[in-house]
Amino acid sequence: MIATTRRLRRLEPAALRGVVVREVVNYSSFWRSSTFSSTVDPTIYLLAFGFGFGSLVSRVAGYPYIDFVGTGIVATTVLFSGAFTAMYGTFIKYSFQHTYDAILAAPVDTEELVTGEALWVAARTGVYGCVPMLVAVIFGLSPSWGMLLVPLIAGLAGMGWACFGIFIAARSSKIESFSYWQSGLLTPMFLVAGTFFPLTRLPEWAQILGNFNPLFHCVQLVRHVVFAQESVADLGHLAFLLGFALIGWRLAIRFMSAN
Amino acid sequence: MSRDAPDGLNPAMSAIKLRGFVKRFGAITAVDGLDLDVPYGTCVGLLGPNGAGKSTTMKALTAQVIADEGDLEVLGYRLPEDSKQARAQMGVVPQLDNLDVALTVEQNLLVFAHLYRVPKRERAAAIERALGIANLLDRRDSKVDELSGGMRRRLLIARGLLHRPRLILLDEPTVGLDPQVRQELWALIDRLRSEGVSILMSTHYIEEAERLCDTVTIMSHGKAVAVGPPRQLINEHAGPEAVEVYGPPARLTEIESLARARGWRTRRTGTSVAVLQSNGSAELDGNRRVTNLEDVFVLLTGEEIE
Repeated sequence: MIATTRRLRRLEPAALRGVVVREVVNYSSFWRSSTFSSTVDPTIYLLAFGFGFGSLVSRVAGYPYIDFVGTGIVATTVLFSGAFTAMYGTFIKYSFQHTYDAILAAPVDTEELVTGEALWVAARTGVYGCVPMLVAVIFGLSPSWGMLLVPLIAGLAGMGWACFGIFIAARSSKIESFSYWQSGLLTPMFLVAGTFFPLTRLPEWAQILGNFNPLFHCVQLVRHVVFAQESVADLGHLAFLLGFALIGWRLAIRFMSAN
Repeated sequence: MSRDAPDGLNPAMSAIKLRGFVKRFGAITAVDGLDLDVPYGTCVGLLGPNGAGKSTTMKALTAQVIADEGDLEVLGYRLPEDSKQARAQMGVVPQLDNLDVALTVEQNLLVFAHLYRVPKRERAAAIERALGIANLLDRRDSKVDELSGGMRRRLLIARGLLHRPRLILLDEPTVGLDPQVRQELWALIDRLRSEGVSILMSTHYIEEAERLCDTVTIMSHGKAVAVGPPRQLINEHAGPEAVEVYGPPARLTEIESLARARGWRTRRTGTSVAVLQSNGSAELDGNRRVTNLEDVFVLLTGEEIE
């Protein structure tokens, strides 16, 4: 028998570890398909825009186009690998496979479950986020020491999107409701992030809205660290991503607990 | 049939103690003031037709349903605030199969050995033990979706036993299984009980409750309508013997009015009328049989299907 005379607290490492171990063991059975979809999609965007758009313009916002899109693409991967994985994964585990019933019958509570799942998605996103950027290196993006920070930025942004994805899943009673979130929110954010073209060419209202897009802040940070152009403004970008992750985290827990 | 409580526990204490438990979903009251006790080391059956409130009660015991009213205590911990503490020492076998189907038998157990916080040095032994209990030692490397329904259910039970819980909750443990598989699971449950594990089992298979349970609580419309050892409930409500009278519908209706006039109780069993509490009256011409818990169940929860 396990001695548990010790009083169990919130966010216990043992509970988080249990949730993550479950994900890691499951991941070992589907990592190929998951890695494929999370990295090949953004790579296709990279190549399509790089060759298509890149043949029309040589420089964008002062960068060679391959540099511009090769760094911006990190945010696209973050969205695909963070938000989509968390949305579908959470919904399937919650509604179809009843996995969460099993986990919550163990000494794990909703806060630990959500946190463990989001941390795992964030860690994956940190790694996947770099893949299209490394592909861009093959096509002419110059490697730099700043790239070593990219997994951390992608991981932090991924934490926010993972939590936001869990929040969407918790708010949705049917998987069909995801269409509203995807078409109404995620697709516009994906395009208005400064990944493929600079926001400065958009109408002013769109530029203002862009400032509320976590993907925009992710793009800016990545570009600045890769090209060693860090400035005080980057603290603002970092703060925005931290705030996004923190608010997303609490929202995800709040709405998952209500289910 | 009460057994001694495990060392260091007050035998008067119960592994599960509910008082006045109420749960409403909108306008529907799923559980309406339920009292329930599972004394340490006993097996208690929660019986009732669909919609009687069994599943809601089971979910409340893991705090997946939060009570609107009442006091809930599991292993001495108050729910819902100390539920995590209680869950560390109890095993839950859900009605719905929620195994990880892409994983092997052994991987499923490994994951839950972590979730149930089995210490690292004991993990391998706990998994072996669980594989042994489930009789799945030679299927450890099979993926779950290659297993038969009976094997999956055994794995589900073994998963809930990894951390040697003091209490296990079984929600409809044999629903949808072949009779042979069901009997095999009964043997497993009986073995756990003989090892001193406290068990609460919800079921609508009455034979299952009659065979395995020290006491049963029969629920109807969210309330406990009878509590006691199966044999005692049978004697109390159905009497020692039933007379099963077969015949055309008109004959059955005739028997029912005769029984009513004599103050005996009856129940229709499709093609016959079973007359209870007639104490061997010579007026009745039919098959005499020993009463069972099903008679009690139908008498107390009504014959209409809702």
